Formats: sequence, structure tokens, C-alpha cells
Amino acid sequence: MTESETARPLIRAENLTVNRGGQSVVDNINLTVSAGEIVTLVGPNGAGKSTLIRAILHLIDSDSGRVEREPGVTIGYVPQQLEIDPTMPLDVRRFLRLGALVAEADMKRALEEVGVTEVIDTPMQGLSGGEMRRVLLARALLRDPDLLVLDEPTAGVDFGGQAELYELIRHIRDRRQCGILLVSHNLHLVMAATDRVLCLNHHICCEGQPDAVTRNPAYLELFGSEAVASAMAVYTHHHDHHHDLSGAPVDESDQHNHEHSHG
Amino acid sequence: MDEFLLMALAAGIGVSMVAGPLGCFVVWRRMSYFGATLSHSALLGVALGLLLGINPMIGVVATCVVIASAVFSMERDPRFAADTILGILAHGMLALGLVAVAFLDNVRVDLMGYLFGDILAVSSADLIWIYGGGASCLLMLTLMWRGLLSMSVHDELARVEGVPVSAMRLVFMLMIAFVIAIAMKIVGIMLIVSMLIIPPATARRFARTPEQMAFYAILVGSVSVFGGLAASATIDTPSGPSIVVVAMVLFFATAMPGMAQRQT
Repeated sequence: MTESETARPLIRAENLTVNRGGQSVVDNINLTVSAGEIVTLVGPNGAGKSTLIRAILHLIDSDSGRVEREPGVTIGYVPQQLEIDPTMPLDVRRFLRLGALVAEADMKRALEEVGVTEVIDTPMQGLSGGEMRRVLLARALLRDPDLLVLDEPTAGVDFGGQAELYELIRHIRDRRQCGILLVSHNLHLVMAATDRVLCLNHHICCEGQPDAVTRNPAYLELFGSEAVASAMAVYTHHHDHHHDLSGAPVDESDQHNHEHSHG
Repeated sequence: MDEFLLMALAAGIGVSMVAGPLGCFVVWRRMSYFGATLSHSALLGVALGLLLGINPMIGVVATCVVIASAVFSMERDPRFAADTILGILAHGMLALGLVAVAFLDNVRVDLMGYLFGDILAVSSADLIWIYGGGASCLLMLTLMWRGLLSMSVHDELARVEGVPVSAMRLVFMLMIAFVIAIAMKIVGIMLIVSMLIIPPATARRFARTPEQMAFYAILVGSVSVFGGLAASATIDTPSGPSIVVVAMVLFFATAMPGMAQRQT
């Protein structure tokens, strides 16, 4: 995408390396996220995805290389897991106010943007997996972020809900023109929602636009049969891009195919 | 009412006012064993304070800070579970404290008083410590409230959003050490954690917000102190343990109906 190449880079990692127990968990990574683009990190479990995200967010120290942030860039972060102790009485309204002292109207607008206005008085411990992801997104959006960092944004969400969430993430990008860096292990859903893919297995195996990456031998080797299925999924999405994700009736055999390759 | 009983009541309520809100964080962050480890180290602090000829309270706070730092650095060692480290330090430090007290030949130490409290011996100097230090603790806690709450919900999210997590953790630890130092006279080293844990646990059932829980914890703590002292004055029970027994009875009296409901 020539558009994203000319866009303002928000964050840039250069030769970033993180060592754990004498081995490089994150090995010499170069990564840029610009305004208005969605960059996705995919990779098998233990490939260093979350470690890379943490290093980029300065949550852990890197052993070499550096992370440059554009001055004044605000980051909204959605962590992979949020478990609130049941002894803490905390409803969604109060949770959203923990990040910043925001007005009630802003809070409602953010919940509306992510599609869960009705949960504002619900205790955090009573949210479903999908509602929790959306509330976390709302808290990140309330910071009016230039860059959204989403670690497994569909963790604990069923398959149908996952597609909706990726659709929501694209909408947020379109509306706000913020940069989005996301981590995912769900190959085929994410391929339809992203501009650029980085395939990570400690080092970057391959990177580029989704349809190019899914045909890359390094990618196919890393993900094996699942990658073949997702390459097909990307192919289908190209034909039926908008219909599929906006929830309009999809060809039944197609959906069948999705569920099989997922399980 | 006797003056010493009034002083005891004032001291107990003063401690409850700090222990309630701080104890909420101990409960939310699941740090009760950490609190127990620090309080068990307090006897060593008393002994060191007496050996060096300084105020035992300062000895207690200093010892607690050292032990807390040791816990934080040892927790990173993947060879031992945090639980194991806390167990070793809690009992090891209590034993070390008892050994250290034995070396104090020329100072008479009321061991039972330190272990199980001696609230009826509260002096006006103690009250100044409790209310002076307690007020500064509460002020600090108010200023840190939102950040501390945010990091108790999710440490990394709070850090990304700009909460100075490490500094806050340090101040929080200092406040816990202070509560241990002032609660030592009231319920004693062995029972201090109950002042931090039981009132917030009881308050949880009635609270809809974190702030309500902190406020109710203060009320429950104060009622426990009042009840325990009343029992002590009328039927001559040991005051520290009586306070804890009342707190426990309040917890079960309010928690039981909910427990029964949950099963049906």
C-alpha cells in the first residue's frame, strides 16, 4: 500500500532483541507502524509475539536495539488477559474511569463505538469474553490513541464473535485513522482484516501484504496445514470481502469450511 | 469508662481507619501471605530497635522494608514459587526474632504483648504515632488511589497508561510496614494480618464500588475493636484476640446467608 508508506510512522523498532535464559526470544526485529495501517504479528505459540509487544511498549527492557516513538504519540493498549479478583467491586463505568477521568458522555460514546452500551453498570466479573474485549477496547479508545496495541484481541471469544471483532477493529482504523498493531494466532480471520503481516518465529520469517505472505514458503512451513487453509480463506475473502464480514448471508459450504479449518 | 479503655478504643479505631482501605488492596492484590510474612518479621524489628536503642516502631518499619525488598527480588527466581519464599521468610524471621529477643538480657521484653497485643497499655505517644502517621497514610492513599486501583486491576495496562507502578508499589509497601508497626500494640504480631484482611472481606458483601468497600472496612474494623474491648472489659478476655474473634464472627454472620444462597 503506497498510502501507508507515505503515512506518518508512529512507532519504529530497530534491531530489537530480547534474550531470555541465554536465547533470543525476540531476535533482531525491525518493525514500523504508521498512522492508518493495521500491522499484524502472527506466529506459533512461544514465538515471542507477546514479548515483542511488551518490549515495544517498554514494559520489559530489550537487550539490544531500540524503540522509537514519535513525540506525542498516545498509545491505547488492550492486554491479552484481564482477570479481576472477585473481591473487587468494580463495574464497567468505574473500570473505564481508571484509565482517565472521563466524562459520562465520552464513556457512553466509546461503549457505543465498540457496540456494548448496555454493560455500563455490569460488574467486570460478569462480562462475557466478547463483552470484555470490547470494554477493554473502549478503555483504550477513551485515551484517543494514535496507536492501538492489541494483544490477541479475540482471546476467549467464539468464532462468530471473532470475525465481528476484526470487523470492528477495521472500522476503528477507518474512522480514527490510528495505527493498529495486533497480535493474533487466528490466521484466516486476521488475514482479511490487516494491511501488513509479520510472520514471527523469534525472528521475522516473512512480511508483507496478506496474500503475498500466505504464499510465502517460510509462512507455509511455519504454519503447515493451517496455513494452506488460511490461504484459501484469504482467496475467498478477496471475492466476497464485504459481504462475508458485514454479516450478510454467506455461502453455507464456505462457512462450513471455515469451521473445520478452525477446529 | 476508664481512661485506659478510652485510649485503647481510640488506638484501635485509629488503626482500623488505615488498615481498612489498605487491607482492601491486600485482598484485591491477593497479598495476605505477603502481609503475614512482613508482620512475622516485626519481632526482629522490635529486637533490633531495642538493641540499637531506637524506637522499636522504626526498627519494625525498617525490618519490614528490608524483608519486602528481599521478597520482591527473590520472587523473580524461577526455582522457587513465591509461596515457598514467603513461607520460608515468614517463619524464619519469626524464629530469628525470638532468638534475637533472647539476646536482650538487660531489657525486659513483654513477649506476649508483642505477639498477641497489649492494647490496654497504649500510651499517648502511641496515639500520636497512630493518628499522625495514619493521617499521612490516608492522605497518601487518597492521592494514589486511582493509580493504585488501576495497577491492582492490571499492572501492565496501568504502566502503559502512565501510572508510576514501581514507585507506587514501594509507597504501598511502606504503608503496609507502617500499619504493622502501629497494629502491633493492638492485636499483636501474630494477628495483625486479620486487621488487614477480615474487615475488607466482610465489607465486600455490601460494597458496590471500591471506595464503598474501603469505607465499610473502616466501619467493620471499628465495630470489631469496640466489640473486642467490650468483651475484654466485661468478661476479662484477652483484648487483641477478642477483637479478632469479633471481626471473624462479623464476617461469618454476614457471609453465611450468601454462601447458603449460592448453593441452592
